[in-house]
Amino acid sequence: MKFAIQVNEGPYQHQASDTAFQFAKAAIENGHEIFRVFFYHDGVNNASRFTLPPQDDRHVVNNWASLDIKNAEGEPELVVCVAAALRRGMLDESEASKNSIEGNNLHPAFRISGLGQLIEAGIQCDRLVVFGD
Amino acid sequence: MLHTVNKSSFERNSLQSCLNTIDDTSVILFIEDGVINAANNANSSMIADLAASGRVFALQGDVEARGISPKLADNIKLVDYAGFVDLVVEHGTAVSWV
Repeated sequence: MKFAIQVNEGPYQHQASDTAFQFAKAAIENGHEIFRVFFYHDGVNNASRFTLPPQDDRHVVNNWASLDIKNAEGEPELVVCVAAALRRGMLDESEASKNSIEGNNLHPAFRISGLGQLIEAGIQCDRLVVFGD
Repeated sequence: MLHTVNKSSFERNSLQSCLNTIDDTSVILFIEDGVINAANNANSSMIADLAASGRVFALQGDVEARGISPKLADNIKLVDYAGFVDLVVEHGTAVSWV
């Protein structure tokens, strides 16, 4: 079955991002497809490549990246909402240069796109599961 | 439908909102702090009735992490993450009460 997942909460805040990750992992292990994970609201903070948790703690960002969710064109399907991301200072190279800001912090396993991607995932997938606080 | 509840009813009234909405074929899954609703001194008679008909589940890891295992209410079924995935597959639309 084809799944879409929406994550509305940041890492290390409560538990939603961890639950969503464990759910996605279990779905893949049981032969299902994760079509897309959409990070919305504070969920965009799951995509920062500057995240450095203590060594004995789980690395939420790398956990998501390790799922290696990509489409047929090889683009990442860990999608970060653009409006939510820019508000919170989550930028890729293109958004940074567009806004004349030096540096960027989006992890390469993620990409920034619009809300249409969430709607499309809802249409394309058999199930959309929301995790949030 | 599958309804997930991730907060204790001591914190928010999302469980009550869920119970007000639920139909005869829906099932409830307690996750995260929602598993506190699965303790035998926390749940309502409505939960007990739903559990008696096999329609209430709780995520095992979250139950164990909160020490609820010894006081789990009767008839609540424990599932792991694979069981969570199966519930989503089996019950169609998943509604998240947060």
